[in-house]
Amino acid sequence: MLKTFAKGGIHPPENKYSANQPIVSIVPPDTVTIPVTQHIGAPSKVIVNKGDAVKAGQVIAQSEGFISTNIHASVSGKVVKVDSIVDSSGYKRPAVFIKVEGDEWLEGIDTSDALNENISVSDEEIIPKILEAGIVGMGGATFPSHVKLSVPRGKNAEFLVINGVECEPYLTADHQLMMEKGKELITGIQILMRGLRVKNAYVGIENNKKDAIKHLTVLAANHQGIEIVPLQVKYPQGGEKQLIKAILNREVPSGGLPIDVGAVVFNVGTTFAVYEAIQKNKPLIERVLTVTGKSVTKKGNYKVRTGTPMKHVIDAAGGLPEDTGKVISGGPMMGKALNSLEVPVIKGTSGILIIPDEEAHRKPVQPCIRCTKCVQVCPMGLEPYLLQVLSEKSMLERAENEYIMDCIECGSCSYTCPSNRPLLDYIRLGKQQVGKLIRSRKQ
Amino acid sequence: MSTIILYTVISLSATGIVAALILYFAAQKFKVYENPKIDEVEEELPAANCGGCGFAGCRAFAEALVKAEDLNDFYCPVGGNDTMQMVAKILGKEATLSDPRVAVLLCNGHCEARPKTNVYEGATSCAIASALYGGDTGCQYGCLSHGDCVDVCDFDALHMDTETGLPVVTDANCTACGACVEACPRDLFELRKRAKKDRKIYVACRNEDKGGIAKKNCAVACTGCTKCFKVCPYDAITMENNLAFIDSDKCKLCRKCVPECPTNAIIEIGFPPPKEKKVTETATDNANNKEEVLPGQSKTDQS
Repeated sequence: MLKTFAKGGIHPPENKYSANQPIVSIVPPDTVTIPVTQHIGAPSKVIVNKGDAVKAGQVIAQSEGFISTNIHASVSGKVVKVDSIVDSSGYKRPAVFIKVEGDEWLEGIDTSDALNENISVSDEEIIPKILEAGIVGMGGATFPSHVKLSVPRGKNAEFLVINGVECEPYLTADHQLMMEKGKELITGIQILMRGLRVKNAYVGIENNKKDAIKHLTVLAANHQGIEIVPLQVKYPQGGEKQLIKAILNREVPSGGLPIDVGAVVFNVGTTFAVYEAIQKNKPLIERVLTVTGKSVTKKGNYKVRTGTPMKHVIDAAGGLPEDTGKVISGGPMMGKALNSLEVPVIKGTSGILIIPDEEAHRKPVQPCIRCTKCVQVCPMGLEPYLLQVLSEKSMLERAENEYIMDCIECGSCSYTCPSNRPLLDYIRLGKQQVGKLIRSRKQ
Repeated sequence: MSTIILYTVISLSATGIVAALILYFAAQKFKVYENPKIDEVEEELPAANCGGCGFAGCRAFAEALVKAEDLNDFYCPVGGNDTMQMVAKILGKEATLSDPRVAVLLCNGHCEARPKTNVYEGATSCAIASALYGGDTGCQYGCLSHGDCVDVCDFDALHMDTETGLPVVTDANCTACGACVEACPRDLFELRKRAKKDRKIYVACRNEDKGGIAKKNCAVACTGCTKCFKVCPYDAITMENNLAFIDSDKCKLCRKCVPECPTNAIIEIGFPPPKEKKVTETATDNANNKEEVLPGQSKTDQS
């Protein structure tokens, strides 16, 4: 019996059409738009002006405060303007527009594919270098990585957990990265272990990626402390709390962080970015993402510069199919439907999913029949049907007492509801309002 | 037989009297003094319990009024000046009077003016839609048409117009309690001063985008062209964030700004329709013109 987390979970159809498609680089578009908010925390401060010439890898927006990070030009060219653009949040946000001219990189960046396993930096240099390279969690949450690595006083990191689960249906970018860049990932893991000063690292991979498990197990055999853990296929195993429970059998307390149980979790995409930042001196300006969907002609895994409009990426994957009903940034469970194809790819974009019209619509909402399916599948042990009503009726204090803030917004409840109730929509609203309440109380 | 009844009556009466005495002394001992004026004040309040005063219902407001040193920061929008004067009389204090107000929707982006760019199928709630994205049109400031404001209105003063997809305020019912102002995630309601015959002139737009972008997304958006700002003789119009705003306290309803607006973002309500007689009196060549641009008495304004 393979390991997995204890409570709840679902197993939607996997639909991993683009599995084992080699990573293809997409030529940058004519103009890239790089939002200055690509991470959780304070927006970065723009330090370039209209008309400035920039090179790929050059810092264009600087970190503002501890929970923030740098943002780099992903292409070489000229800054056309600093204006706003609709990003995947659905709102206009400030962004730097760069007109692409050639492909010139900043000096000191190694753009070759050559493997460099020899870690020459000292342990102390790792965190500042990761901040410098603007690395954030690439699983989708985009939490700045240097903050995770800076273990707060009084807490102790015992384990590094690497998230190679990719539990979202359709997405295959992490899988392909593990297959193609296995050695680089092992080096990245060693760097992170040194940065955190831990002796043990676990790489969690779901059992539907047997080739990746085998490949990495062979590679990790030569390195002490790195263990590959095959996991049962279950969504949302990629949630850090679920992953820690599955691998270490430790439960992160309500309102706590993984570090409270001695663990720090990084995604494989982030680990690869760390490898590139330390070994190649290359900041986070491109990422691997999956472009997929039933009717997409060239489903696959693509390496895309940040700031590339989604439309450009979709065109490279064979164009938008005629029967398109919905385009989602990310996976089908936690991704966000886009309202414009001009939305740029950012550091946290794990995939572009194109859903045909026949599958894109919600079914009519019916009354709750108290079947408790949502309670059974909730991986956090919450009662979604109750939280939904409490949010709808603005009973915020009660909702807080029912641990609404522990919801990880995985959407298992909405997925499983036989009455098609918009459970997560309301719970998200409730979380937002309860969050406001808690903040106002602190002041 | 009769003795049993007698003893029963006596013993029960005695128990009753003892219990009454205990209760009486207990009530005296644990008595909570409550200012009788609270009841008096509460009697005067409209008992709408809408929270428009900022307190949890009329009783809480009455308690706060009685406790207050002066009535400067207190106002019941539902009862209005009359209620506040009655309350002030009871409390022997000076009431601060305020102009009666009415809620106004600062968006005129009806279906024709604001083409849809995508379809929203989530839960029918403006708060949820707003948290999720910019909305199903190109304008990320405008009305989301899911009716959160209608749901919170306790006075039946709001309903959705299914043709325009915008909420409509029934002025006669509106008490300016401010529930819709709070409920709207886009901040589209404003409490404006009530004028004679419920006449209103206001900029029905909250789009802060630059003019060209705003107009592309909505035909009746304020583009921030400042034409109205320049023409206003009373300094009632201010320009901020590519938006004109007409201060209802300063506006004298002269209507000079209305024809200036190139996108018809300035709305006039409650003015009399053009009078046939006057139109025929004027020269025929510009009669049609004027009728189109400015109905009624505006002729004198323009000259």
